[in-house]
Amino acid sequence: MNWPLEAFLSFLAAGAFGVIFNTPRRTLISCGLVGMSGWLIYRTFFLVFEDSVQASFAGAFVVSIVAHLLAKKFRMPMIIFSIAGIIPLVPGSKAYNAMRNIVEHNYLEAIAFASEALMISGAVAMGLVFAEVLMQLFFKRQAKRIQRKMGLTQE
Amino acid sequence: MTQIGETRRELALDCFLLAGRIMMESGAETYRVEDTMIRMAVSQNMVNSHCFVTPTGIMFSPSEELATRFVRINNRSTDLERVALVNSVSRKLVAGEYTVQQAYDELLIIDQTNYRFNIWLQILAASVASGCFLILLGGSWIDLPFAFVFGGIGFIIVETILEETRVKIFAEFIGSFVVGILASIAVYTGFATDLDTLIIGSIMPLVPGLLITNAVRDLMAGHFVSGLSKGAEAFLTAFAIGAGIAVVLSF
Repeated sequence: MNWPLEAFLSFLAAGAFGVIFNTPRRTLISCGLVGMSGWLIYRTFFLVFEDSVQASFAGAFVVSIVAHLLAKKFRMPMIIFSIAGIIPLVPGSKAYNAMRNIVEHNYLEAIAFASEALMISGAVAMGLVFAEVLMQLFFKRQAKRIQRKMGLTQE
Repeated sequence: MTQIGETRRELALDCFLLAGRIMMESGAETYRVEDTMIRMAVSQNMVNSHCFVTPTGIMFSPSEELATRFVRINNRSTDLERVALVNSVSRKLVAGEYTVQQAYDELLIIDQTNYRFNIWLQILAASVASGCFLILLGGSWIDLPFAFVFGGIGFIIVETILEETRVKIFAEFIGSFVVGILASIAVYTGFATDLDTLIIGSIMPLVPGLLITNAVRDLMAGHFVSGLSKGAEAFLTAFAIGAGIAVVLSF
């Protein structure tokens, strides 16, 4: 696969979704970067383990972490950064294939595709939530440490 | 004196509800809306406030003696710029940089201003996204111009029908139906090569990504009512897109 091309295309796609969702102008490039990192992690995982469910989980996890860091940096809601990054991971082709097989009366194959699409969307959701909980734990601990330090210096 | 206190509290309530309504209409997560409203209320000494946000209405009870207020949310779209702006206003109010009056005026301006990108720029973005996804999903370069054009056309159709009728499922059905027909024509006349990737790439701008993510995050945060209803909305959208394509493919 062609890494620079995929990186560029996913950057462009996530940025374009940023325009459709009307993200604030100065965060458009960051949105593109979130989408790019999510897609590249997804592809790498897919090439190594050949399992799109795990790869989607990893991609969504990274998207969520990067979005969280950017949200802290820009002081804006995290949703602004995570949404454009999630779109490339949505199992559009699986859902399409399921639909196509239903129309062609291949119901067994359709069920296989549909359950795969369901698994992938579940994995994306789990990746998002896991990363968020981890980041919350991390930042809570960090905030406590800072508070303790300030308490010590005041005394 | 109590009269003044009364009007001040009324103004504060208007301010919170307006902030909540703008955020909900612009596609923020339910738990963030509740969090923002409660934070604003606490900063105005309404410690015992309760707030219940659903995708179609917001209830806010400031305290035990004051009356509970309700606003209806009629149309929801995605406009993350407004979410960010309301968020910054609420941050400033909580930090004490704004008075309630200033915050309310600011929110009124946000409510009335149109922050959207130019519609042609949005269509261009939809086209670019379609083209990018076609290549990312393994389509051939020959199909690229078709995905570019069809993605834009699908987006235009959905936006125009939405403006005319406000029935989302119908707009998405027609949009994906037209995309499916155009893609089939392009493939059967021999200009394009792969029907599957062409269709998937072209309908990508219509995929309800925001709704799915929001639904899951609301469910995880314990907001089952809004999580389920947003999930239903996402499912309906996906169903409309799928049905539009299925009708074309069944011929």
